[in-house]
Amino acid sequence: MLGAVRQPGDALAPVVFYLIVGMLFPLALGSDPRLLAQIGPGAIWIAALLAVLLSLHKLFRSDLDNGYLDQLLLIPCPLFLLIGARLLAHWLQTGLPMLLVTPLLAESFGLDYALLPVLLAALALGTPVLLLLGAINEALTLTSRGGALLALLVLPLYVPTLVFGSGAVYAVHFGESPAGHLSLLAALALVTLLFAPWAVATALRISID
Amino acid sequence: MSVIKEYWHKLSSAKHFYPIAGALLPWFIIPALLMLAWGSWQGLVVAPADYQQGDSYRIIFVHVPAAWLSMMAYMVMAINGAIYLVWKIKLADIVAESAAPIGASFTFLALATGSLWGKPMWGTWWVWDARLTSELVLLFLYLGTIALRGAIDDRQRAGRAAGLLGLIGAINVPIIHFSVEWWETLHQPATVSKFSAPSMHPSMLIPLLVMALGFTLFFFAVLMIKIRAGILEQERHSRWLSALYAEAPETTATYSAEGNLAAMDESNE
Repeated sequence: MLGAVRQPGDALAPVVFYLIVGMLFPLALGSDPRLLAQIGPGAIWIAALLAVLLSLHKLFRSDLDNGYLDQLLLIPCPLFLLIGARLLAHWLQTGLPMLLVTPLLAESFGLDYALLPVLLAALALGTPVLLLLGAINEALTLTSRGGALLALLVLPLYVPTLVFGSGAVYAVHFGESPAGHLSLLAALALVTLLFAPWAVATALRISID
Repeated sequence: MSVIKEYWHKLSSAKHFYPIAGALLPWFIIPALLMLAWGSWQGLVVAPADYQQGDSYRIIFVHVPAAWLSMMAYMVMAINGAIYLVWKIKLADIVAESAAPIGASFTFLALATGSLWGKPMWGTWWVWDARLTSELVLLFLYLGTIALRGAIDDRQRAGRAAGLLGLIGAINVPIIHFSVEWWETLHQPATVSKFSAPSMHPSMLIPLLVMALGFTLFFFAVLMIKIRAGILEQERHSRWLSALYAEAPETTATYSAEGNLAAMDESNE
C-alpha cells in the first residue's frame, strides 16, 4: 500500500489500462450508439478481466526478487492470513480504482443509468474472484519459465465469473432480474475468498521451497 | 488391518506397480478392442437410422464416450494430483501426468466429432453453447496443466504445481456437468442418463454403452502403458529396475526403450 502511495504511476497502470481497453472497443467496432450500448457491459467486463490479469505480475514478483517473500514464509503466523492481507491491499489499489472509473466507461458506451448499479455490484463481486484466482496461478508460475503461461492458466478459470458478471448486466438490459446471476457471482466470490488464500499459500510454498 | 495397509503401501510404490500394470494391460486392451469393434459395427451398421437425424446421429457412438472420458480422465488426473500433493506418493504423480495428455486427446475428439455433427445438424461448425464452451474450457485446462508441468524443471515441484492446478480446475468439471441446466442453450439435454424413461431405443443404447465401456477400458490400457513408461523414466537409475531387466532380458526387452536400445546394439554388432 505504502509503495502505491510513493509510486502512484505504477499503481495506476491497471486502471489506465482498463480505460484504454474500454476505449479500443468503440474504435474497433464503430461508434454506432445502439451497438455500443449493446456490447458495453461485455466490453467493460473484458477490459476489467484483462486489467486484473495485467496487474497480477506485481503481486509477488518484486517481493520474490528482494527476498521479502522468503521472509514472509518464515513468519510464525499462518501464511494464508498474510496472503489474505496482501491480496486485500492489492484489490484496494487496483480493483477499487477500477470500480471508481467504471461510471466513466459506462457513460462512454452510453449505457442506461439503470444498468450502472448492477454493473458496479457485479464488478465489486467479480474483481476479487478474478484477483484471487489469478493470484493462485501467479504464485504457481512464479519461478517457472514462459511468460504467456499465466494467461493460459488463468483465462479458462475466469469463464464462470465473466459469464455471470456480464450476464447480470445483460439481464437488466433485457428487462429481467439480475438477482440469479448476482447470487451465483456472490457464491463464487465466497467460495474463492474462503479457499483461495490457502491455495495461494500452498502454491507459494511449492514455487519457493 | 496391517495386511491391507501393507498391500496398499505396495500398490502405491512404483516398484510393485510396474509389474502389476504390465499384468493388467492385456486385461484392459483385449476387451477394449473387442468392445470397440463390436460397438462400432453395431452402432455404425446394425442400429437403425434416426427418424429425425438420419445416419448423422451415428457419430454419437464416438462423440458421447469421448465426452464422458474427457471428464473422467480429468477426475483421474485431479484426484491423483491431490494425492501427490497431500501424501507425496510418486506413483500418483506419474498417474496424473499420464492421464493429462490422454484426457486432452479425448476432449479434442469430443470437440471435433461434435463439430462434425453440428455442421449438417445445426448448419454450423461451432455454436457458443454452454456445453461446447465448457468442453473447450476443459481442453484449455488440460493444456494448462501440461504446459505448467513442462515449464517447471524440477520434477517434484512440477508435479505439485500441476496437482494444485488440476484441483482448482476440477471445480470446473461439475460446472460442465450442470451447465446444461444452468444455461438455456441449443445443445440437446443428455439423452442417456434418464434411466427411468430412456429416450433411446435399446438397439442404439446398448452399442453406445458398450462403446462407452470400451473407451473406458481403452483409456485404462493406454494409462497403464504410459504409467509403465513414466515409471521407467523416473526409476531409470534404480537398482530394482536393472535387476528386473537383468533377470529376464529376452521377455521384457520389447517393453522398454532401454531394452530396445540394448537389442539394437546387439544387432549392430
